[in-house]
Amino acid sequence: MTQSAEHVLDHFELFRGPEYQQMLANKKKMFENPRDPAEVERIREWAKTPEYREKNFAREALTVNPAKACQPLGAVFVAVGFEKTLPFVHGSQGCVAYYRSHLSRHFKEPSSCVSSSMTEDAAVFGGLNNMIDGLANAYNMYKPKMIAVSTTCMAEVIGDDLNAFIKTSKEKGSVPAEYDVPFAHTPAFVGSHVTGYDNAMKGILEHFWDGKAGTAPKLERVPNEKINFIGGFDGYTVGNIREVKHIFEEMGIEYTILGDNSNVFDTPTDGEFRMYDGGTTLEEAANAVHAKATISMQHYCTEKTLPLIKNHGQEVVSFHHPVGVTGTDAFVMALSRITGKEIPESIALERGRLVDAIADSSAHIHGKKFAIYGDPDLCLGLAAFLLELGAEPTHVLATNGNKDWAEKVQAVFDSSPFGKNCHVYPGKDLWHMRSLLFTEPVDFLIGNTYGKYLERDTGTPLIRIGFPIFDRHHKHRYPVWGYQGGLNVLVTILDKIFDEIDRNTNVPAKSDYSFDIIR
Amino acid sequence: MASLRQIAFYGKGGIGKSTTSQNTLAALAEMGHRILIVGCDPKADSTRLILHAKAQDTILSLAAAAGSVEDLEIEEVMKVGYRDIRCVESGGPEPGVGCAGRGVITSINFLEENGAYEDIDYVSYDVLGDVVCGGFAMPIRENKAQEIYIVMSGEMMAMYAANNISKGILKYANSGGVRLGGLVCNERQTDKELELAEALAKKLGTQLIYFVPRDNIVQHAELRRMTVLEYAPDSVQAGHYRSLAQKIHVNAGKGIIPTPITMDELEDMLMEHGIMKAVDESQIGKTASELAATA
Repeated sequence: MTQSAEHVLDHFELFRGPEYQQMLANKKKMFENPRDPAEVERIREWAKTPEYREKNFAREALTVNPAKACQPLGAVFVAVGFEKTLPFVHGSQGCVAYYRSHLSRHFKEPSSCVSSSMTEDAAVFGGLNNMIDGLANAYNMYKPKMIAVSTTCMAEVIGDDLNAFIKTSKEKGSVPAEYDVPFAHTPAFVGSHVTGYDNAMKGILEHFWDGKAGTAPKLERVPNEKINFIGGFDGYTVGNIREVKHIFEEMGIEYTILGDNSNVFDTPTDGEFRMYDGGTTLEEAANAVHAKATISMQHYCTEKTLPLIKNHGQEVVSFHHPVGVTGTDAFVMALSRITGKEIPESIALERGRLVDAIADSSAHIHGKKFAIYGDPDLCLGLAAFLLELGAEPTHVLATNGNKDWAEKVQAVFDSSPFGKNCHVYPGKDLWHMRSLLFTEPVDFLIGNTYGKYLERDTGTPLIRIGFPIFDRHHKHRYPVWGYQGGLNVLVTILDKIFDEIDRNTNVPAKSDYSFDIIR
Repeated sequence: MASLRQIAFYGKGGIGKSTTSQNTLAALAEMGHRILIVGCDPKADSTRLILHAKAQDTILSLAAAAGSVEDLEIEEVMKVGYRDIRCVESGGPEPGVGCAGRGVITSINFLEENGAYEDIDYVSYDVLGDVVCGGFAMPIRENKAQEIYIVMSGEMMAMYAANNISKGILKYANSGGVRLGGLVCNERQTDKELELAEALAKKLGTQLIYFVPRDNIVQHAELRRMTVLEYAPDSVQAGHYRSLAQKIHVNAGKGIIPTPITMDELEDMLMEHGIMKAVDESQIGKTASELAATA
């Protein structure tokens, strides 16, 4: 059964046909040096044992499936959150293709970003000419209001100095002298996308506040009553920022979202392509220096940015991706304390609804065991929420989590009786997680799309929360912050729990005595 | 002291940069300044005379052992030596592998982020050989070293290197604030050395800040892993280093943007001083026997 235009077969039907099956079997036999299936099976089983786990955790010089991306991805994510800003990555094209596809596959939106197209000659002679030509081309072709520069591994290894390069480019007339070109060094081999977010946000604020690279006087802070908000690297940015705006507006607080990419990652289809959409205006970015305080929703995304802001005289407050009742309470109460505004009845109602929903479903979620992996702040927020629900976050793992993070996760465990048998794994990867799931099984795994391989291998049902989510659509449109966001997370978890109950009770005349209509 | 002064020593390999810089910094410490030395040479020998050690554990070797540079604490990499001079070595790979320049960038970022520059009057970078790649230019980027001192001698290749380093400084001087502080001639007893050093300084638009005479006492001190200042504080040579230190100290803010010259100009200069003979173009590429045949 070959392919025909009248009856086009999708790939999963097509490759099951006898001719393809025969071809694949031949390929395996003749070219793949197949091993004895019994031996393959023996090794497969051995890799599930505690003995293998011990060897796996003794691993030093190898990472298998790290749950993190690299710095420039975070820098690009920040850049598109500013008005008509084009992210410009100083480095090779392939790197930039990766950031663009990663963001596009998650948000299902085009992702505009340019590279300076460094090739071998640039690696030898330095990338100055690429910067000069690249800035001129980007400025003239895409008419951005600002170009935010970051770097890839290659530019960092050869030591290209962005500050000097951008100044020289301006002298050579690539862009006008007073044109905004903030920059951040984002070596991809250091830290993760979370670090890149931090560096880029700091670079942009420094640019506007501290004299625009010597082209303007430094801003003098004249304190006002506004609050700055920084979301951090967030796969739910579209839904979350809208939710946060809703909370600010309900409370009557004047605010500035720094790096508001909620529109650019959710442009409508109305016949007009928007290369840029929404975003923090450059004026707002500059005026943010006058704010009363800055709130960071993700501490580990702003470790360098917050001290910069604090040094300009503002109060800074950071959270760890708060999810659920207690987390949102702390966020809302901090807003109230800083601004002196009362928490309105409308927000209290939202809270009550979330508490009600939790109570309604408590019987199903209480006592369930979870493994979580993801970015450090997300893990902290989700672990706290699970404990709040009476569930156990048995394994919590972040490849880009450090010792300090691990201590904070432990403190969250210690705050609840349900955290007693829970463990934290900083700097570990998904192959470590695989061993954990085999040797200390849990009921559910929470992670991004890459978790589906763990789900397949270990049989642990995957609940998709995190970044990236490539294989389910539109999750980013729904918030996970605020009381309404907490409800979404609760429902996401419950849906999987109920699907599993149904799956385990659906054999007619055997287990379907529990295949109930009502759960 | 009001603000942090940052200087850097560059020069051809083997010219005596590390020896000159450590002796000068020891003299600055004697004057009461609080000093941090940042060795930016994979050989990691920029601090041995201060620490009386063979080679200090470097930031990069400790980082490699610990897993990553983020796992290091500043106390692990910073050692305190003669007159409380604080010392760190960036270190780098074995010859022939890896990227030493990136090591310099990583190390300096680490030091800045971990507060190594607090409560310090002077930071001195000791940088290997030549400005061979972007990494070795890290100490002269904006907000790093304000003045560069080039250690050289009357040998042609040392002057060639000095000129090359000036090219590097020129590149960064326009966009940043780095300036050439001057040349330090470390006497090799070559022909007309002082004269040549002064002439090169003039061509580069700078000054010969000091002519350090050759004295075997430096060697004696080195064998004991000491600076002359510590080994023989009353010696004439120690006096020279004190004078050099004083000159560098009062040279703050007096650096210039260098005017590097071409290879041809450099050769012309050597000819002017009679070091090199004018080349007879007809003899180029001829073997000895060919020349004998035409003679």
